[in-house]
Parts: sequence; C-alpha cells; structure tokens
Amino acid sequence: MTKDIREDIAWAKINQDVLNSLETPRKAYWVILFVAFCVFSVGVGCEVYQYNMGMGVSNLDNPHAWALYIASFIFWIGMSHSGTLLSAILHIMHADWRKPIYRFAEAMTTFSLITAAMFVAVHLGRVWQIYYALPYPNERWAWPNWQSPLLWDAMAVFTYLSSSMIFLYVGMIPDLAICRDNMQSGWRKKLYTLMALGWEGTDRQWRNFRMTYLTVACFLIPLAVSVHSIVSTDFAVSQQPGMHVTSFPPYFVAGALYSGCAAIISLFIILRYVFKFEEYMTLPILRKVVRLTFAIAMVWTYLNCVEFAATWYSHDEPEKAVLIQKAIGPYAPFFWTMIFCGSVVPFAMMVKKWQTNIPIMFAVSLLLNLGMFLERWMIVSPTLSHDFYPWQWDHNQWPSMVQWGIVFGSFGFFVILFMGFCKVFPSVSMYEVKEMVYHRSLQSRKAEAEPAEGFAAEELAVKGAN
Amino acid sequence: MGVANLLENWAKFRHTHPVEDHGHEDWMAYPSDIKWAMAIDLDACIGCNACSVACYAENNLPAVGKEKYAHGAAMHWMRIERYWDETEGVGDFSANQGARFLPMLCQQCDAAPCETVCPVGATNHTEDGLNSQIYNRCIGSRYCLVNCPYKVRYFNWYDYPSTKDVWPSPMEQQLNPDLSVRGKGVMEKCTFCKQRTYMARNNAKSEGRPVHDGDVQTACQESCPTGAIHFGNLFDPESQVARMWKAQKVELDTDKQAKDEDPEENRLRGYHILEYLRPYPSVMYMERVRETSV
Repeated sequence: MTKDIREDIAWAKINQDVLNSLETPRKAYWVILFVAFCVFSVGVGCEVYQYNMGMGVSNLDNPHAWALYIASFIFWIGMSHSGTLLSAILHIMHADWRKPIYRFAEAMTTFSLITAAMFVAVHLGRVWQIYYALPYPNERWAWPNWQSPLLWDAMAVFTYLSSSMIFLYVGMIPDLAICRDNMQSGWRKKLYTLMALGWEGTDRQWRNFRMTYLTVACFLIPLAVSVHSIVSTDFAVSQQPGMHVTSFPPYFVAGALYSGCAAIISLFIILRYVFKFEEYMTLPILRKVVRLTFAIAMVWTYLNCVEFAATWYSHDEPEKAVLIQKAIGPYAPFFWTMIFCGSVVPFAMMVKKWQTNIPIMFAVSLLLNLGMFLERWMIVSPTLSHDFYPWQWDHNQWPSMVQWGIVFGSFGFFVILFMGFCKVFPSVSMYEVKEMVYHRSLQSRKAEAEPAEGFAAEELAVKGAN
Repeated sequence: MGVANLLENWAKFRHTHPVEDHGHEDWMAYPSDIKWAMAIDLDACIGCNACSVACYAENNLPAVGKEKYAHGAAMHWMRIERYWDETEGVGDFSANQGARFLPMLCQQCDAAPCETVCPVGATNHTEDGLNSQIYNRCIGSRYCLVNCPYKVRYFNWYDYPSTKDVWPSPMEQQLNPDLSVRGKGVMEKCTFCKQRTYMARNNAKSEGRPVHDGDVQTACQESCPTGAIHFGNLFDPESQVARMWKAQKVELDTDKQAKDEDPEENRLRGYHILEYLRPYPSVMYMERVRETSV
C-alpha cells in the first residue's frame, strides 16, 4: 500500500497488461464512448444551426459579446497545462512516480488543446474566414494585426499544440515498437510499424531518444507557462473593469494547473477502472497527485484573494462595482459556487483517509473542475453585464440552449478523442514503468544490502540510473 | 503576386503596405488636413430620436424588431440614452425634472481601444481621423465590442438583409445605394456618414479647393430639429466645430478638460465621455445646464 508500484512485476507482464488495454477494455469503455458520441452529436447539431442562422441564436447580444464560448476556450486551454506539468516539469525534476500516468496526461494536453481550438471557430461570427488570422502572403498585402492579444493567442496555442503533439509522439516511440512487435497483422500492425520509425532499441537509438525527449521537454516547459499567460492577456490587455487585472497571468497559470490536475484525477480513476490498470495507476500515486492538486488549489486561492484585494483598494469605481455585482448580483450563485468548489472543496483532499478513496476523489475532482469552469465564466460575463456606465448594464443575459449544447458537446468531443487514443495507443508508458520498477527494486536491494554496498550501487551506476 | 515578387519584397511586405510612402513611416505616409469631429450640445437635445431614425435611413440599418431589440440586438448606430434623476420622496427614479438625454454614437477615438485588439486589422484609423470598419475583413471575433468602453459597435447576430420584415415593403426601396448592407457575422458602427464626407472631399478635389465648413452634414446633424449636433473639420480653425471646441477649451488628447481642471470657470461645459480612460474621443459633449443651476 505504501509503495508506488510493485517492484516484482515482470517486464513481460507489463507488456501484456498494457497491450491488453488496446484489445479488451471493460464494457464501461463502450458505454463511455457511446455517451460521449451522443453528447458530441448534440453539440454538432447546435453548431450547424448556429452556423446557418447566425451567432444570435446563442443568445449573445450587444453588451454580452462574449460568454460561454470564450469561457470554455480558456477552460480547455487551462486543462492542457497539467499534462505538461506531469510529463515535462516532473521529468526534469526526476519525480519518477509520474511514469505510469504521464502518457495519458500528455494525451489530455493535446486533445484539450484541440477542443479549445475548436471553440475559436465556434466563437467567430464568420468562421469561414478564420484564415484571415494567419499571416499568409496574399495579393492584398494584408497581414493580421500583431497588436491584438487574440492573435498572440492563436500563435501561442498553435505552438503549444504542435510541440505537445511532438512530445507525445516522441515519448511514445519505444512503446510503439513494442506494440508493433506484438501485433500479428491488420491495420494496427501497419500503423505501429510506420510510427515506430524502425525502432530497434539499440544503445545509439536510446541515447538519441533520451536527448531528443529531454530537449523537447525543456522546450515545452516555458511554453506551458507562457501560453496561459498570453491567454490571460485577452482580458488583462483590454480596459474593461474586472478584466483589466495585472495579476491575471499568474492567476491564469495557477488556475490552469489546478483544473488540469483535477482532470488528471478524474481521468486517472476512469482509466484505472476501464483498462484494469490497478497495478500501475496505484493508490499511492493517486495520493501524490491529490496532494499536488491541493498545493496548487491553495496557490489559486491566494491569487484570487490578491485579485479581490487589489480591486478593493484600487478605488476604481467601475472595477469595484463589477466585483460587488459578482458577489451579490445575478451571477452571485455561480460566483459563490466557484469560491466553494475552488477553495473549500480542496480541503477534502487533505483528509488522509479520503486521499485514496476513489469515489470521494472522483467526486471532488469533478467539483473542482466545475469550480474552475465557473471561474472562467465569472471572468467573462459579469464584466460585460455591468460595464462602465448605466446604459450598458444588462443583468438578464442567459446563454441559450444552443450555447450550452455546444459547450456540452465539447466534452463529448474531448472524450471521444481521448478514449479513442487510449484504445489505439498505449496509455501507460511501458518502457518507463519498466525503468521505474527496475530502479525501485535496485534501490530497495541496495537498502537491504546497505553495509556491503557492492553490487547494487555498481549496477545502478552502470545503468545510468537517474 | 508572384513568388519572385514575394521573395524580393519580403522585408517590405512584412512592414508596410505597398503604397508610395515617400520614405515616411507608416503612420506619417498620409498627411491629412482633415480631422472630422463633432460637438453635441446636451442642453439643446430634446430626446426626439430623429437623429436615430435618420441614421437608420441613411446607413441601411436593419430594424430588428421588438423582440430582438428588447434582447439587446438593436443596430442603432446613433442611440438616445435616457437618464432620470433620483428625487427625494418620489421614489428612486422619477421623471420629475424630465429625463436627461445622451445621444451616443461611435466616438471615433484617436487612441481607439477597438483598433488595437482586432486580430485581423479589420478596424483601422483613417487619414481623416475616423475608425474605419472593413466589413470584408472582419471575422467576427467581437473583441472590439468587448473593449469598447461606450459599447457603440453593433454586431450582425443574424443575416439581416435576408431576414423578413427588416425592411418591410416598400422600405427596401429607400435603401441607400451609396453604401452596402451588412451580412451576418460582421461588426459595424457609426462612420460619421462616410459616404457623405467622401463625396464632399471628392467634390472639393474636383473643384480644386479645400473642403469648406458646411460642405458636408451627417444624417443625424441634418435631422436634428434643435441643432444640437455640430459636425466639421477640426483642423480648419474657421469651422464651427473647431470654434466650439476652442470656446469650450476642449483638447483632443487630454484626460481632463478645462471645465474640470478649473471649477471656478463654471461657464465651460465641454467634455468627453469617459475621458479618463484616454481614448481621446472626437466627439465633444456640452453639459446640460439644469434648471436648478440657472
């Protein structure tokens, strides 16, 4: 119970267990996929309707030019950050407990970014002209406007998406080779053969692989911080009360890591059950993730207080009015739910017994993400409903079912992509789990043979253990 | 555009527009002797909405209907905002002293918050000092509307030209041929009646003379029964607008006007709305002189 992973798992069994996940998941897998497909269909239907009728069917109106689409965009971008935290930052920090869970976290990064990018398209009034935002050469010599935070956004998200896809793929190459070697025939065999790039596991390949992986990881870390900082400039650079907040970049990054970690807990629990990964996604690892999430929750809470205090002492009347409107106006139920879910619920994660209690942690992680979704909404909508002067005030806006439908549909979209990935590609990193098991067993042997200090330490040095 | 041209002019392509800029920087390439500006006398405004109606007729604005109007989808480039004073004992708000009216239109800011945030550069500053909106370039991100402190930009939430009863027959016969109707998904806003100002400039050019004051009137100005709206070239010291701005000691690029700098000078009434945000609007308002303070 105290060990992150059993040290006597045979390497063949690791291969077998993970390869099984590609073949025979529990029935729950198909149920989840079916539900996700239904939800996604609702979203597609709503989007087709909105595309044909115009943005008006989403109940957006003059002061409320932005609502749930932008909020969901930030939410999905935010969710992606924890994948990078687990796979790149903890990789550099040599935290080896991340090894069984980083692969799906990294996949979560990629797919939530794709979902976020979809919201850019959903949000635009003329999505068929979306390529105007790209700096492509054209005969009218028209460039996008580099002063606009939306364009920084597009660049940042695209960079992050492409590099996290590369990172996901590079880290998967040795595992793809294992899959290739264990498949007899079929399209999968062809796919794995193609994607494994002729991996044979020679020393030279491993050396180059390690170097590449480390390089991409180092490249990704500053991106993970910068992307959500840039997303926050959508608001911080504007001059609207409640959006024009200097502390937004760190606040957004903290919120991003927060919602991402909560999503990792949810997906951890789902994958563990669906693919029978009890041996790898163990409860002690869950405990570590939970404690990490709690730490980030407290950072987020602190930054929230900073924002409120800065607003309160700024003596900027419209700014204060927006804050008061959040607390007592029509958005108050959502605002206080956000505070409750974001700052109070995480304390459940400090109860030792609950940290490894799967139903409780699942419920908590969903509540945290609900809070984080509301947080994004509370940044966008209250400001627009209570602007600089009274004529613009409009407290009666409520997103239409079309808007809600597309937001719900995005969850289906994400789940389809994510679960599809986990069925086709190994969602637990086989070679890294083997490393982990091996190093752990060496260490424990070394601990047993402490006075002698011979064989084990030598072998560790030879293998270049980290 | 050929590939060779692209390769040869790449550096220039990235920096500037392919115009004859005579070696000037981008923003200096179009020296202009015109800066359109407005002065609105709130004391004269009686809130009759004639300006708003004239604007609908002049600029092909769609009448969205009661339901959408109530929802906030109205397309009134020129709108009359109404405010009531709080009066002791009568209830929170009463019409005891009558409403105060505020004709609100695009302020054509010199440091416009909407211009910098557009991802595709669909809204730009023109050489005659206006914020232009290029409908063909707009992709509908609506960031300009979010960042506009006056909320005077209007988004085409539906495809109005193809919607029934937007211009009920025979109203479609009176659509202005000098400008387009706008399809769904683009932002639009007051242009200071661009079609009129350009016609005046072209006429003046063909006659080989500068634009005189009075050559052009905006639709709202033309229709105002009390003459509350004045429009003209701020760079022409003889124009009425320039003289009014000068009389009120109103500067374009300050965040505090003489009226507030020196409360002793209580005869000054000119100010800009939300000027402390420093958007440097081109519309000067003149405070209403209340009955109580006379």
